[in-house]
Amino acid sequence: MFRNNYDNDASTWSPQGRIFQVEYASEAVKQGSAVVGLKSKEHVVLVAVKRSPNELASYQKKIVRIDDHMGIAMAGLTSDARVLSNYLRSEAMRSKMIYGRALPVGRAVNAIGDKAQTNTQEYGRRPYGVGLLVIGQDDTGPHLYEFSPSGIVSEYYAYSIGARSQSARTNLERNFEKFEDMSLQELVVHGLRALRDTLQQGKQLDTLNTSIGFVGKDTKMTILDGENTQAYLDLLDEGEAMETE
Amino acid sequence: MMDYASMQFAPTEVPVEHHSHGGWEPYVDNGGTSLAIAGKDFVIVAADARQSDGYSINSRYDPKAFVLSNQTVIATTGYAADAKRLVEVMEQNAQTYFHKHDRAMGTTAMAQLMSNTLYYKRFFPYYVFPILAGLDKEGNGAVFSYDPVGNMERVVYLACGSASALVQPFLDNQVGGANQRGHEGGFLDRATARKIAIDAFTSATERDIHTGDWLDLFTIDRTGIHREKRELKHD
Repeated sequence: MFRNNYDNDASTWSPQGRIFQVEYASEAVKQGSAVVGLKSKEHVVLVAVKRSPNELASYQKKIVRIDDHMGIAMAGLTSDARVLSNYLRSEAMRSKMIYGRALPVGRAVNAIGDKAQTNTQEYGRRPYGVGLLVIGQDDTGPHLYEFSPSGIVSEYYAYSIGARSQSARTNLERNFEKFEDMSLQELVVHGLRALRDTLQQGKQLDTLNTSIGFVGKDTKMTILDGENTQAYLDLLDEGEAMETE
Repeated sequence: MMDYASMQFAPTEVPVEHHSHGGWEPYVDNGGTSLAIAGKDFVIVAADARQSDGYSINSRYDPKAFVLSNQTVIATTGYAADAKRLVEVMEQNAQTYFHKHDRAMGTTAMAQLMSNTLYYKRFFPYYVFPILAGLDKEGNGAVFSYDPVGNMERVVYLACGSASALVQPFLDNQVGGANQRGHEGGFLDRATARKIAIDAFTSATERDIHTGDWLDLFTIDRTGIHREKRELKHD
């Protein structure tokens, strides 16, 4: 009932202790197509469903390389994601020049978390309308983080954001304990399986709408699109066939 | 008529600046030599690895040549600190290009970028004499030479550094066929170019005190960059 009174700007609290503008921004994330992230002892993987606004258009890029050791997947306002990924890229290069080592993933994510937080406290600014899953490899191993418009950052073993991502999260909750010792290939296939649960009836994962990204101890950040995803999609189908037998 | 005998002339003074900043000088010449030779479908880059300061050796192995992409190499001589920084800046720009265009920067684009990067510091220059070498879009060998503020020229072969006065005339004769009658002209093949590069360095090492220790030799062709490390005299 009183939701409309306290939602004009990000500098206003509601009596229940909520900032509605930030919550509305999170709604924008839920509108974006799903992305799934999961990690093992050696690797961390992102898989995403790419959307195309119409038949004439290309499929929107969902996974972006930040540096040799880091990548992100986005859900929500892709223009906001572009601004944040450009910022992360320059931070990664700056870190390399100043300290002579790759930017630690946690530090990177907190940098954008802090950036996003200012947009939730300053008058006249709007929160970022995008959620990110950030993957990276550093001295302390592989990492997966969630970044949200509120500026809140959390680390995960496995997670999913975007449209119908709860289905993927349920799948991951059931299986995440097995991920630790999986090979890169198994990890990707499990990610695709969870991602598939977010699709609407009649839709399928194919080489046009699937994007895969991964990074690991001895693996530079790699992004697979188009024909390069076919091998993994085939493994996904094989696994399907075996399960139904 | 002029009476030259009785004219008074003040003693001539050479026009030099007399103030100094407590003897502090922002630049140092760390010595060393580099060269590059372009072929029809390859390019060779060679640089020694001795870093010196006057009569002292700072390091016997401080590489002067750096890989910028899978088809471009930069070789630097002059002030080592400026050379390293220049390469770091070029690497950053190459990364930014890759992020924007989703593909690696080509050699000719990198060459122009190098010129702009150097001119950017026109009023406090990088004390570096870079050679940029790689394959152009057609797959032909390309070598670009620069002065410290970015004047750029594409050439077939070049030598830079403390022994450049020894090596460049040698290349003029052997690669360019200068002062030779009946020289066929055209590009050299890989094996010959490599031998000339190696001989240039072994000879330069003999006569130039700042050149020696180790040689880094890069061969760039469409299969990628092949790297070779050869020992030079340590004296």
